[in-house]
Amino acid sequence: MLFNQARRYLYFGLLLLVFITGVWAERSGVLAELLEYDEDIRYLVVAHLKLTLISGGLAVLIGIPLGIVLSRPSLARHAETAMQLLNIGTTVPTLALLALAMSVLGIGNGPAIFGLLVATLLPIVRNTYTGLLAVPAHLKEAASGMGMLPRQLLWQVELPNALYVILAGVRTALAINVGTAPLAFLIGGTSLGELIFTGIAVDEPIMMLAGAVPTALLAITIDFSLGLLAFVLVSKGVNPLRQR
Amino acid sequence: MIKLDNLTKIFDTSEGPVTAADHISMEVPSGEICVLLGPSGCGKTTTLKMINRIIPATSGTVFINGEDTSAMDTVDLRRSIGYVIQQIGLFPNMTIEENISVVPRLLGWQPERYKARASELLDMVALDPSTFLKRYPNELSGGQQQRIWVIRALAADPPVMLMDEPFGAIDPINREVIQDEFLKMQAELNKTILFVSHDIDEAVKMADKIAIFRAGKLEQYASPDTILAHPANEFVAGFVGSDRTLKRLQLVRAGQVMGARPTFVQPQQSLSEALVIMERNEHRSITLVNSQHEPIGIISRDVAWNHQGLCGEHYEGLHGIAQQHDDLRTVVAQMFTADSSWLPVVDDQGRLVGDITQRGITHHLGATYRTQG
Ligand SMILES: Nc1ncnc2c1ncn2[C@@H]1O[C@H](COP(=O)(O)OP(=O)(O)OP(=O)(O)O)[C@@H](O)[C@H]1O
Ligand SMILES: [Mg+2]
Repeated sequence: MLFNQARRYLYFGLLLLVFITGVWAERSGVLAELLEYDEDIRYLVVAHLKLTLISGGLAVLIGIPLGIVLSRPSLARHAETAMQLLNIGTTVPTLALLALAMSVLGIGNGPAIFGLLVATLLPIVRNTYTGLLAVPAHLKEAASGMGMLPRQLLWQVELPNALYVILAGVRTALAINVGTAPLAFLIGGTSLGELIFTGIAVDEPIMMLAGAVPTALLAITIDFSLGLLAFVLVSKGVNPLRQR
Repeated sequence: MIKLDNLTKIFDTSEGPVTAADHISMEVPSGEICVLLGPSGCGKTTTLKMINRIIPATSGTVFINGEDTSAMDTVDLRRSIGYVIQQIGLFPNMTIEENISVVPRLLGWQPERYKARASELLDMVALDPSTFLKRYPNELSGGQQQRIWVIRALAADPPVMLMDEPFGAIDPINREVIQDEFLKMQAELNKTILFVSHDIDEAVKMADKIAIFRAGKLEQYASPDTILAHPANEFVAGFVGSDRTLKRLQLVRAGQVMGARPTFVQPQQSLSEALVIMERNEHRSITLVNSQHEPIGIISRDVAWNHQGLCGEHYEGLHGIAQQHDDLRTVVAQMFTADSSWLPVVDDQGRLVGDITQRGITHHLGATYRTQG
């Protein structure tokens, strides 16, 4: 509850900030200067989104099934080891990850997608795995005691009850992904990083902003959409967003 | 009918094998409630779960209606058994309607059929379907969840029910209410039920048969009255408690113990007639009934001796009255309250059908000891 309230204030503060910044940008002419990059921004936002959605989408497609598989009782003995390995993965800085991807796969969008995918995979697998393990044993027992097959147990009881945690993982993952995608520019990927890093290189703050502001807006939009998705998809009975 | 034949479970643990159930053999006739009773860790849950194979038995066989269940498909077996686990097992992600319909949906019922069934079951426990069908478990009180949880096991009308301390988590007052509701349902449904409890009072109230466990062994399997009157050994006697004779009072109805030819007088009879009847029967008072044969008062021997006239003019109010279906605990409590050694007994229409005396009650309790003990 408190958390939700804090969040509402945060959103409100953010809106206010955007508004004030907007007024300032208009007055000082920064807005006009930013709009000179209009075409670049449009092109790069699409490219940036492409990177994020492809790598993020693949991460979801790989991460959730992987988390499910690891949470199966038959794998219980190996699951912890696998999770430890993945955890070590998280400690590798993303930049290093991209550098590694480049050294193996060369430059371009391919290695960028691969690097982002690896960086994004971990929270998804981890949340899917822990979310599924957190489903109380007595619920699973009740379900199989009533004659559910393992498949029915997974779809009707385990996944719906773990969905909120899983989606929270996806949300974290995509937040990391959007925020990291500018780095893809460094290994030849097309993203808003192009404006940011070029702006820095040629000491052109407006150009840098033209990359940074859309990146931030993208991050907020994606986070918001996923919040909405969780609100709608997760059953009302287990949805913390929908408790009164 | 459920028959357990030398059912045994040995768990392999890091500290060596643990025998949780040791050659359990018993038979529960169709339509009866058998309560598995015993201290914590004695193997009640393990025994129950071997029946629907949540726990695979180490050895031994379970028969349901004469059929060896080890030959049956596990999933089919489970769908034909109503199962109520020890914790509240409602699925929080499903509405009440979806929760109740789980097994019917697994069995492939049509939506109209399982929806109608869910409403019907809610009606049975006096919860309004229009309010509750679309709610989620977290929007219900503990007692309501408990009721849903029990009726969910009844959804597909399984002939056999396994219930693991279904009323354990609920406060004593609500527990009594739910127990009564459940017994009323059972009177209509006639399920064969295995019911785990560690509460002797609950067992005495619910059971047709009680199975007492200790450390994985079945110590005694008999009717509640036999268990209370003739505990097989020290352990059973200790477990059922030193007040076991008092507990037996709950098992007997007034109608079973009353004298079926009560003496009475009517208002237009004279006091001297009343006195003659009392002296002949060595009674110190007599019931006065009206023209509908309902007790309306009593006349004591003193009054009849000292006064002249009609009974209808000289009676005093009733000290108390026992219903035919009251259990003896209620009756004795009334006797103590009224400081009376006897009470008239009436049927459902309120007509006098007998009288019950303290001596009759002690005699009844004692008779079991004399004939069998
Ligand atoms: N999976 C298991 N592995 C090892 N030992 C077990 C296992 N399950 C139960 N036991 C042991 O078997 C014995 C019987 O357990 P069970 O759960 O049947 O007890 P219970 O009679 O239902 O007790 P309670 O009234 O506390 O529920 C206990 O000693 C318990 O420790
Ligand atoms: Mg138990």
